[in-house]
Amino acid sequence: MKQLTLAPIKVLSLLLIMAVSALTLKAEIIFYEFDDPVLEQRFNVLIQELRCPKCQNNNLADSNAPLSVDLKDIIYEQLHKGATDDEIISYLKARYGDFIYYKPPVKPSTWFIWFGPFALLLVGSFLVIRFLRSRSTTQSSTDDNTEKDSKDASMKLVEQWQSEAGDND
Amino acid sequence: MDPVLKKKLLFISPLAVFSVMVILLFTGLGKDPTQLESQLIGKPIPEFERVTLMDTNQRVTDKDIKGPALLNVFASWCPSCYTEHPYLMQLQSQKAVTIYGLNYKDTVPKGLKFINDLGDPYDTIIFDENGRLGIELGVYGAPETFVINAENKIIYRHVGVVTDRVWQELIKPMLVDDLKGNTP
Repeated sequence: MKQLTLAPIKVLSLLLIMAVSALTLKAEIIFYEFDDPVLEQRFNVLIQELRCPKCQNNNLADSNAPLSVDLKDIIYEQLHKGATDDEIISYLKARYGDFIYYKPPVKPSTWFIWFGPFALLLVGSFLVIRFLRSRSTTQSSTDDNTEKDSKDASMKLVEQWQSEAGDND
Repeated sequence: MDPVLKKKLLFISPLAVFSVMVILLFTGLGKDPTQLESQLIGKPIPEFERVTLMDTNQRVTDKDIKGPALLNVFASWCPSCYTEHPYLMQLQSQKAVTIYGLNYKDTVPKGLKFINDLGDPYDTIIFDENGRLGIELGVYGAPETFVINAENKIIYRHVGVVTDRVWQELIKPMLVDDLKGNTP
């Protein structure tokens, strides 16, 4: 087997490219430093559950949009000021609406999304049960019928043969 | 149940489900999911104290905003703001309405360059360098325009460019209606 060899200069330039790309990557990530691991945990949960209003299908954790960064800064500040999770969520909801939180509240306009799937499951299972029941009863009755029909047919055939035999005699 | 009726119902049910889906999806078709309704409708402008863009020694607070007026959120980094600006100049020259500016997450030199290049249609420009006033207002992208009534309450928020059509068909009638409602 041929050995893959690289000239030292190539290896060096490769390493350089990797180092530079690592640097640029690091520049894009903003770190939030925490002394308290509990706060850090709460921060991480909050930015997972809160949505970026600008880039609508991202949560704050996944978004580097300037607005997301500002909102993360606010969450960070408020956590350090001793705000509870609920206070932070309602602060943001008061400005950006229920939209900003990935868990929609239970209220008449959201009943459909909260209870709709369970309602559909109930209706579906009811229909399936009814269908299975009706099939098992109709199937057994048709089985009986076909059996009876074939019996009748064979009886007729026998009768026919007998009568034919009688004619021949 | 009558077996004939039952058969008919069974036959019709896919069509019924399909029709409901068509109606649901069709009503959703015209909606723009990126247009969020402001949470501040019917509320006064949040309290603030900032400096003005034109003179960073001059203070401006929520008390200085006097409706009926528009509060237009703009920035030099916002491409659509360049599209919108000539129409705001036109509104100002017609003396159609007082317009306040909110220079959002910008720098003084860039904000000033924007105004010097394109003109100043604003009564006052609030300079919101860190964007925190924008967050108080629930701003999520420039340009945005808040419609403020005579009682200094926000009655509407338009996300996107204010065009002649938006002004004539949406914002102006809204302000007129509001004035009529307020004057007995």
